[in-house]
Amino acid sequence: MLDLNKLVSERTASLKPSGIRKFFDILDEMKDVISLTVGQPDFVTPWHIREAGIRSLEEGKTYYTSNAGLSEVRDEIANYQKRRFGLEYNPKDEIVVTVGGSEAIDIALRAIINPDDEIIIPEPSFVCYAPLAELASGVAIRLPLREEDDFKLTPELLKSVITPKTKVLILPFPNNPTGAVMEKEDLEKIAEIIRETNIIIISDEIYAELTYNTTHCSISSLDGMRERTIVVNGFSKAYAMTGWRLGYTLAPPILTKQMVKIHQYCIMCAPITSQYAALCALRDGDEDIEYMKMHYDSRRRLILKGLKDIGIDCFVPGGAFYVFPNISKFGMSSEQFCERLLNETHTAIVPGTAFGNCGEGFARISYAYSLDHIEKALENISKFVKSLKHE
Amino acid sequence: MENNKFSYEKRLLHLLSEDSRLTAEKLAVMLDKDEGDIKAMIEKYEQDGVIIGYRTVIDWDKTDYEYVSALIELKITPQRGYGFDSVAERICKYDEVKSVLLMSGGFDLALFIEGKTMREVAYFVADKLAPLEYVTATATHFVLHRYKEDGMMYRPAQKDERGNII
Repeated sequence: MLDLNKLVSERTASLKPSGIRKFFDILDEMKDVISLTVGQPDFVTPWHIREAGIRSLEEGKTYYTSNAGLSEVRDEIANYQKRRFGLEYNPKDEIVVTVGGSEAIDIALRAIINPDDEIIIPEPSFVCYAPLAELASGVAIRLPLREEDDFKLTPELLKSVITPKTKVLILPFPNNPTGAVMEKEDLEKIAEIIRETNIIIISDEIYAELTYNTTHCSISSLDGMRERTIVVNGFSKAYAMTGWRLGYTLAPPILTKQMVKIHQYCIMCAPITSQYAALCALRDGDEDIEYMKMHYDSRRRLILKGLKDIGIDCFVPGGAFYVFPNISKFGMSSEQFCERLLNETHTAIVPGTAFGNCGEGFARISYAYSLDHIEKALENISKFVKSLKHE
Repeated sequence: MENNKFSYEKRLLHLLSEDSRLTAEKLAVMLDKDEGDIKAMIEKYEQDGVIIGYRTVIDWDKTDYEYVSALIELKITPQRGYGFDSVAERICKYDEVKSVLLMSGGFDLALFIEGKTMREVAYFVADKLAPLEYVTATATHFVLHRYKEDGMMYRPAQKDERGNII
């Protein structure tokens, strides 16, 4: 009898499924849940951007584009990056348009990893880095960040995990799930260490537009960093375009050439409809970003005040659309806390451990929801916390 | 320091225009300002006529109340020294008239009028508006269905269908 289990790739089989799935399965079964779990904007893609996608379909633009993406899109990405973040990249040989930021991370890792290379992954962070690094035959080195450091990567922590085998440092800032931001002076300290090495940085800047205190600084803008950095960005968070699946990489030509090869063989090109929508976003979307950011920022402040009033400590995040409160004082694991909150008040937040073991004692709350929704959830969390005090 | 291209004043007006239920206390938290400053700012906007009022958008079709509205086009002979203002201000005094707008194009004033029945609205136009001095012509267009008003769609709340992807 054919045993398919024995035939699947050992490497793929060894990947652990995302731990959060079990929690989401319970959530999916339950009715009338007030959920603050979603990791994507609650805004719909602005109409003029959607319309640009629709128009491209009406005009019959339904074909493959060049592998790296439409040249107009790459030109506008270059203009946008210069205008918003001061980065300069040549659209001809330093930009690849990808299927979301996730593909960008995948091809970046695959383009540079050799077997047993070590990839430093600061955690808590988005769930894809370690599995993708391992699929690329690398070794994921998880580096726990600390609340007392405002969940920033410090030079001391970085130095503690660098070995002769270190090939890549992932820089996931602004961070999902903590909302932590690395400012220019924080990045300078990291750059100082990296300059002395052959380490390549993959800087995942998908939340770059959603910073509330300072303008985002890319490590690629610091002296000597551009030549060793792959910047990953995309349209999902800035323009509420998650379903369009469009991202991109910015990297020196030698690295870009390798990434284009992988992209060409496994994807061919990003969807043309999404590329035409993105073209409109890049040209006329700055005001949309500011509008959405205004709302996120207002909700961020409201949810922080709400948690404080309930008596839950929370690090003040400077970016993304999440808060990452410390729930360790309630004497249960993150998973227990979130499961009980869900079962007892029908309110869902994500256990911090979904983003790495060091997320124990924390939970992620997304504020990509309406004010009414957030306030109702805060009321429920308040009731739950009060009920715990009477136990 | 803040990283937002919208000024604090613009953000305050945006937030209120989208939800006039927001209290000064809540706005103070959302904008990281003093509650007293927010109150003073709102009062000033009210006094200066920047904030004209606070309304709730109601879909009357979903109620049992009789309700019709119409767009009325008026052609006016402008008055020496007053232009259209004098006639427009007089028309504004009627409670039935909800909006009065001076327009470019084939007519001069556009009015939105509300009444209980089409007959009531038609009589109002015939009895009150048409006979007014300087009004030379009227055209009445009844509203048949509302799709969107003040930036809000007339439709049931949308279900959140976003996938649980973290």
